[in-house]
Amino acid sequence: MSNSIPTATMRDLAPEALRQTFVKLNPRGLARNPVIFTTAIVAVMTTVLSLRDIFGGTTGGWQALHISVWLWLCVLFANFAEALAEGRGKARADTLRATKTSGYVKRLEGPQSAFDVALLTPIDELRAGQFVLVEAGDIIPTDGEAVRGVASVNESAITGESAPVIREAGGDRSSVTGGTTVVSDWLVLRITAEPGKSFLDRMIAMVEGAERQKTPNEIALNILLAGLTLIFLFVVVTLPAFANFAGLNIPVVVLGALFVTLIPTTIGGLLSAIGIAGMDRLVKFNVIAKSGRAVEAAGDVDTLLLDKTGTITFGNRMADALIPAPGVDMAVLAEAAYLASLADETPEGRSIVEKARSLLGRDIALPGDAAPVEFTAQTRLSGLDLADGTSFRKGAIDAVVRLTGQSPATALAQDIDAIARSGGTPLLVAKGMTILGAVHLKDVVKPGVRERFAELRAMGIRTVMITGDNPLTAAAIAAEAGVDDFLAEATPEMKLDLIRREQSGGRLVAMCGDGSNDAPALAQADVGVAMNAGTPAAKEAANLIDLDSDPTKLIEIVMVGKELLISRGSLTTFSIANDVAKYFAILPALFVGAYPGLGVLNVMGLASPNSAILSAVIFNALILIALVPLALRGVKYRPSSAAVLLRRNLTIYGLGGLIVPFFGIKAIDLALVALHLA
Amino acid sequence: MTLVSYVLYFATLTALGLGLAVWMQRVFEARIPALAAIDRVVLRSAGVDPDRQMNWTAYAMAVLVFNLAGFVLLYALLRLQGYLPLNPDGIGAMSPDLAFNTAISFVTNTNWQAYSGEAQLSYLSQMAGLTVQNFVSAASGMAVGVAVIRGFTGAKDSGLGNFWADMTRATLWILLPLSILLALFLAQQGVPQTLMGAVHSTGVEGAQQIIPRGPAAAQIAIKQLGTNGGGFFGVNSAHPFENPTVASDLAQCLSILLIPVAFCFLFGAMARDRRQGWAIFATMGILLLAGLAVVHFYEVAGNPSLGLGANMEGKEARFGAMLSSLWAASTTAASNGSVNAMHDSFMPLSGMVLMVFMQIGEVVFGGVGSGLYGMLLYCIIAVFLAGLMVGRTPEYLGRKIEAREVTLAVVAFLSMPVGILVVGALAVTMPSAVAAIQDPGPHGFSEVLYAYSSATGNNGSAFGGFGAGLPWHTTAIGLVMILGRYAMIVPLLAIAGSLSRKTRAGATAGTFPTHGPLFVTLLILTVLILGALTFFPVLALGPIAEETARAAGQSF
Repeated sequence: MSNSIPTATMRDLAPEALRQTFVKLNPRGLARNPVIFTTAIVAVMTTVLSLRDIFGGTTGGWQALHISVWLWLCVLFANFAEALAEGRGKARADTLRATKTSGYVKRLEGPQSAFDVALLTPIDELRAGQFVLVEAGDIIPTDGEAVRGVASVNESAITGESAPVIREAGGDRSSVTGGTTVVSDWLVLRITAEPGKSFLDRMIAMVEGAERQKTPNEIALNILLAGLTLIFLFVVVTLPAFANFAGLNIPVVVLGALFVTLIPTTIGGLLSAIGIAGMDRLVKFNVIAKSGRAVEAAGDVDTLLLDKTGTITFGNRMADALIPAPGVDMAVLAEAAYLASLADETPEGRSIVEKARSLLGRDIALPGDAAPVEFTAQTRLSGLDLADGTSFRKGAIDAVVRLTGQSPATALAQDIDAIARSGGTPLLVAKGMTILGAVHLKDVVKPGVRERFAELRAMGIRTVMITGDNPLTAAAIAAEAGVDDFLAEATPEMKLDLIRREQSGGRLVAMCGDGSNDAPALAQADVGVAMNAGTPAAKEAANLIDLDSDPTKLIEIVMVGKELLISRGSLTTFSIANDVAKYFAILPALFVGAYPGLGVLNVMGLASPNSAILSAVIFNALILIALVPLALRGVKYRPSSAAVLLRRNLTIYGLGGLIVPFFGIKAIDLALVALHLA
Repeated sequence: MTLVSYVLYFATLTALGLGLAVWMQRVFEARIPALAAIDRVVLRSAGVDPDRQMNWTAYAMAVLVFNLAGFVLLYALLRLQGYLPLNPDGIGAMSPDLAFNTAISFVTNTNWQAYSGEAQLSYLSQMAGLTVQNFVSAASGMAVGVAVIRGFTGAKDSGLGNFWADMTRATLWILLPLSILLALFLAQQGVPQTLMGAVHSTGVEGAQQIIPRGPAAAQIAIKQLGTNGGGFFGVNSAHPFENPTVASDLAQCLSILLIPVAFCFLFGAMARDRRQGWAIFATMGILLLAGLAVVHFYEVAGNPSLGLGANMEGKEARFGAMLSSLWAASTTAASNGSVNAMHDSFMPLSGMVLMVFMQIGEVVFGGVGSGLYGMLLYCIIAVFLAGLMVGRTPEYLGRKIEAREVTLAVVAFLSMPVGILVVGALAVTMPSAVAAIQDPGPHGFSEVLYAYSSATGNNGSAFGGFGAGLPWHTTAIGLVMILGRYAMIVPLLAIAGSLSRKTRAGATAGTFPTHGPLFVTLLILTVLILGALTFFPVLALGPIAEETARAAGQSF
């Protein structure tokens, strides 16, 4: 995306990430991640034991140290993954922080105070509820609401969009964001954010991950991983007793190696990186999540409430067809419609000209002596008077009927009825006092929307179109766009009711909105996306904010939420499936001394017990670092049903997780033997 | 007997299970007015309102209190049996540790027998003690099973049911009628049902002979139907009085799995989605058939060290290798534990299959009620792990699996490794415990492993050579039986309670499908990787080591 906040490259991030890798060895930080913390404890233990053996002259010390090194690498790789994920956010936060200003602002006593009595006040002393004056060239110090004036504001620092936007007192465009710049004119603002609590501050905290709380699903997964770690702890600590019964003595370092390879280090090490990277992907889409919970919930959404205008249809109606009255030539009607709309600069007028031009196959120049007739609320007509006295008019049916004193011919009247029934708007075109025919104006569904909704349906997500249109019009557009349901003549209360009704059936609802009257519904929805151009109330009520103010973004947000969960599930499955191969590598190596027959379990044909154990430990560390790019990028989500997704991901990550380590461990074993390392 | 017989056996079992599930649903939902009226009278007379719904804590408390009372009564009975009537053979008090072990064993539906029935129990102890617990411990398991199903499948906030009502209904309308039918059939086949003491006879060579008998048919019927497994006689259903004919053998074998099979279908019926029940049935069925195939293969092939032919050591000639294999697989898959052959004498890898059935937590049909809720535990874990792969918070039957459910599932899940590995490690280390091991090497190790797997899984069968009577083991085994039973029941009821408070969302195309071959495969893999793989190291040291050594010509 060209206008999004710049993304740091791997080359920029690596040095800092490497430094953080070691900083993160701080036990207090490590303890947040039970699996990696356990790995680190085992690594400390094996290191101490191997050093004791080396200095004590006991054999096997160097072998133990080799194992310890790879256990440490496993911890470091996990730290690196997390540091890398955080680094991308930090780079963005730095860009944002650069837009924060210090210095003085012009504070006013009240909204109506004269400008020449403005007090210069340090920015960090500004409190919510105070009033400030910002003029062309000023950077808006913090979040506020315009109470006086109108100005154009460049918001590129926040949104990346360089075209200035209009902000004015009153209405739904009154909200301004700290860090943006006034380009022309002035505004009097009422400050709405306390120091350090502005949108920019929150955004910095969010992309930096400073406020990162574990999300509900992440917590549950962590509990399961800790439980599995505990189970494998029982497996490993009881093993010496059982082995002893068979007359075997298993070195502690080897037990440590077995333990670390069995516990789910792969997913344990990548879990937080996956979470941070998921938030980061949203930032790339120019969406700021106010909590990680919302991102996760986005993946669970069952019902999407979409505003018709702007999301499903273009904002304006367009000419779809011209219908001549009986006995009128199409070319005559087209020419009349063309001329009647030539001076009409509204999108509807231009669409009629466009339609007529394609029907005629030529342009008509505006005659120099022609007089345009503007649309007024009284006449509800517009058109053109030529110098020779010919007049062309187009307008609503009743207006044209009143003008001409004629009713449309029966056949045309039927066509007009049909247009109205289909949800379209009919206009009549007249030349002088003669009705030539009708124009069919309709809401045009954006291209590709229908396919998008079909995809959503395949994913199990129901789409509901929200519109202020009457039910007839709404039904027609709903059918054309392929939404599952619609809410016509919608009021904020009806939206809220709809959300509550869906939720009582156990469904999660996502919606987007911008106006203050959307705030209750945004707050009630499980995923509420506010447009950045919207009112402070809407932004406060929502849990996600779209900086581009693009309502179709809702669909991308759902995808990001799903990718986050899929990445977590896939890597967990992969990690656990890996254990099968690790058992087959290490167990025969442990037991073959007591029962030579157990050599048959060495299905990989690993060279020696030493190389087998080492290969498993090395594989365990290498697979972690190898999966870092996947964790950061996320497992790709292709819209399809859950059954299809499950089959695909279970095959790749489940079956793959069973098979890959057999080959990986064997390859490492061959390499170790070739390099005389084991 | 040919493989066709296996097919007939499983077809009959499935058909009977389907039919019984219909009956069970009506019983537990009190849909039969005449029976419901009787329930009401019985329960009211005990001061219970059968319509009062319990939340999970009340339900769990009722189970625990009821079982504790059962334990105290049974323990007292065993200790005092010498002073009580119906003791024609004049059997004295049981030792304290053995009475503790036996009482726990019957209350937890394990029926681990460290004693020998005909020598250490009076008729009163058998009838008023063990047989009563055979009914009510099974009914407790069924009640918990039904409560858990309600929590998983019922409407939001509809409660888990009423333990006293469920337990009474399970006993009166399911266990009792089936037991009467089976007992009559067994008596007809030649199983004794008498209160007269042992037969004292003089053989043709003039030697005095004492032939124990007693009210056996009734106890055997419930021992099979209630997945109890505690025989009337010490050698259980290998004894000709417990299991005289091939017909009695097949009837018992069917009754072992009947109610656990019906529970799968009951689950589907109560979920209003029969496919859910079939998926669980298929998972359990495939695991059972796979295990049976291994046992059958090794037993029919026999031990090459002993020459050609099937492995007949420790088997009854009237049943042969096939019927013994079928019984062994069924009794360990279901947490029954009755035997018609000595599992100790099975080939090493057959023995391993039997152990795995128990170590995965008795979820291949398992105990009455308990098999289903054990498998639901795996369902939760499977759905949680793989459910994320469809891009949604994992949900089972429309209910989200969140931190609370996962925590409880992990707690329940830990009971098997703690009981088998941690206590088992002590059992092979403590000198006072090691003395119980009869054989050297991996076979001796398997004996201990089998004992602790059986006790933690609440199965109750044993590898013959193990000296279970040592006080160390009677005590430790008593404790792991408690662990295996209640460290599952309490968390599972808590999970059910937690799920029942959640809104049940309807299925959409985005919902993780928990039926069909894909889910069955996933569930099987979860059971094998998370359940069985945990025990791979100890299995390697036991049966696998024995098998590889045997292949190399060494025996233990």
